[in-house]
Amino acid sequence: MDLTLSPSERAFRDELRAWLASNLPEPFAGQAHSEDRDYLEYLRAWQRRLFEAGYSGLTWPAAFGGRGATPVEQSLFVEEMARAKAPDVVGAIGIGLIGPTIIAIGSDEQKAAYLEPILSGDQIWCQGFSEPDSGSDLASLATRAVRDGDDFIVNGQKIWTSYAHVADYCFLLVRTDSAAQKHKGITCLLVDMKSEGITVKPLRMMSGDAAFNEIFFSDVRVPAGQVLGEIDGGWRVAITALMNERANLGAAVRVMLARFLETLIAALPEIPRPSSSHPSGSMSAAEDPLVRQKIAQAHLDLEVFGMTADRALARVATDGVPGPEGSILKLFWSELNQRMTQGAMEIAGPYAQLADEQEVWGEISYAYLRARGNTIEAGTSEVLRNIIAERVLGFPKSY
Amino acid sequence: MDFELSKPQKLLQSSVRELLSRECPTERVRELMATETAFDEGLWQHLADQGLIGLTLPEEHEGMGLGAVELAAVAEVMGSFCLPGPFLSNHWASTLLATAGNNNLAEAYLEPIVDGTLRATIALLEASGDWDPAGVTATAKAQPAGGGYRLDGNKLFVSDADTAGLILWVARLGDELAIFSLSAGIAGMEIEAMPAIDATRKLYRVTLSDVTVPSDRLLAGGEQARAALAFATREATIAACAELVGGMQWITNTTVEYAKSRQQFGKPIGAFQAVQHRCADLLLHLESARSATYSAAWAVAENDPEVDRLVSVTKAYCSDAAREVASSGIQVHGGIGFTWEHDLQLYFKRAKSNELLFGDATYHRERIARMIIDR
Repeated sequence: MDLTLSPSERAFRDELRAWLASNLPEPFAGQAHSEDRDYLEYLRAWQRRLFEAGYSGLTWPAAFGGRGATPVEQSLFVEEMARAKAPDVVGAIGIGLIGPTIIAIGSDEQKAAYLEPILSGDQIWCQGFSEPDSGSDLASLATRAVRDGDDFIVNGQKIWTSYAHVADYCFLLVRTDSAAQKHKGITCLLVDMKSEGITVKPLRMMSGDAAFNEIFFSDVRVPAGQVLGEIDGGWRVAITALMNERANLGAAVRVMLARFLETLIAALPEIPRPSSSHPSGSMSAAEDPLVRQKIAQAHLDLEVFGMTADRALARVATDGVPGPEGSILKLFWSELNQRMTQGAMEIAGPYAQLADEQEVWGEISYAYLRARGNTIEAGTSEVLRNIIAERVLGFPKSY
Repeated sequence: MDFELSKPQKLLQSSVRELLSRECPTERVRELMATETAFDEGLWQHLADQGLIGLTLPEEHEGMGLGAVELAAVAEVMGSFCLPGPFLSNHWASTLLATAGNNNLAEAYLEPIVDGTLRATIALLEASGDWDPAGVTATAKAQPAGGGYRLDGNKLFVSDADTAGLILWVARLGDELAIFSLSAGIAGMEIEAMPAIDATRKLYRVTLSDVTVPSDRLLAGGEQARAALAFATREATIAACAELVGGMQWITNTTVEYAKSRQQFGKPIGAFQAVQHRCADLLLHLESARSATYSAAWAVAENDPEVDRLVSVTKAYCSDAAREVASSGIQVHGGIGFTWEHDLQLYFKRAKSNELLFGDATYHRERIARMIIDR
């Protein structure tokens, strides 16, 4: 056991820290919502700056524009971004999940066409997986692709697709063989979102922003060269991508949660606690023993999550595969974020219901609403518990 | 960065596992529970012979000079066997002896401790139940003309006092903390059992009334006493967390195995999602507690500047997690899990006593709050 950083890891961190100190942009001036075009351009510019400095797609092999970084360096990157309060990486889906899948099984043409734009932020990708009737049971998906000469013709509907309203490309799962068993007739297509016949309809989340969408495909022609991997071999591609998705969401979310807790702690002295609940008189939230318990609980949850995430990374680095700790990470952080934001709402008292995001109350209430989605997106908590029960604990399939 | 135990650390673990499967099966645990002291001289000597009593004590006092990670590795195995007796309390006290900066007392007592002939414990808690030494009220008064100290006070929840030959007594000398090294059974000392639900480790009330001890019994005072006690408590807290991890591992294994074999409605209960999801949560708690415990053990071993915060994070997490895991394990077992006959009750009760030992989650959350809110 050795939890110290190696000399090269330390050098990586110090270099990154120095780079961030002189390259971090000013915080975005307006409402930081994903439907805001100015915000999108702000984020694209940030990703380009990261790319030019070699900090985009760290774990990608050097031959494809990455730097072949270790999982530990990737984790240091996320930590330093959090420490510096850096903006989000807008092309995270492409960098974390689609790029690595293209590297693993894409053709040379596909690698040439997509990898560098994914890193630079020139191409934003979305992931066309879920359908109205295929949620947790993803393999039952019904969007059809029928061969017509050199093309496939796609018809159907996707839903809950993050970034589709701004995406240039879609990583799309379609059914190419309806007669086969449900896992066997699926193909993965790389689809240009400007193709004729694609309609994107934003869906508002209960938090108010429109970060996800419905996509309708009506006789959309996709050249056969856009198949990723084998025709009818898309399920394996999907599983690889989903595993990456869970791991990557976890890394990114660490930034977000730590930042939220810091904001909350900084606000505590300004949050009044009524004297009616404290016989000794009114006090600030920072002094209230009940508040202190909740804040400390959020802090320790977040720390333990971080330690487990580091352990999972170390395991990937030595064994090449995630250990049991890997599968519990998404379950852990999504539920921890719900506990934390719920606690923040209780601390804020009547102010918790206020929605102006220029004030800390709005930040808290937004985070509280957004957190409800965490236990649903990228695998519901129920599906994740099924996976842990079956694949780690060895129970029989329960559905 | 590497979380895996090294080869020597794994060897150490398997030697402890081998020893305890031979010398401490649960039948033996139950026999010891039923005794007055839960102490087994023979078993203790085995632990001493393998170097486990002096595991982290300095080599100059015949210890092995290993660190907190090795301690965690050993304590995890002990927790998985629900080892009865004074390992933790003795580790806590001997670490305090070794770090208090008093060579005379360290020399006099550490060797007999390491070789297994003497045991020590710390008398800290009082009626307030406060683990923070700042709350100590037992008094020490310097007697005129080098006449030593007069000690009075009432200590509660003192682990294994009946089998300890040496009691390290935490008192207040004026405004300062002072720790005295007292031989058990000196005139004016009264030791009285406090029967508790975890019968594998016994608790006692220790009372001193009008006891005068010579000056050379003062182990440490002031800042030195505070720092040494903090150091010893940090290390022992990690050992308690590791014991909890070992216990959680036993409960998780036993529960998953049971859910796979117990049939109802014509299939194993582990085929039902309600049971599967409970078991998935056992694993989540277990593995998270393990990540935290070894990270904190590493921080202790390396004297990380954040060590106090990390130890509190870990103790708070493990305390709550172990209670949840033990409760859930019983629930999955149904009626049999609630019986005296099933060994789950041993681990359930140990989870509770370790939860309280060195401060429960509420105590450690307040410590965390001081570090992250009041900084």
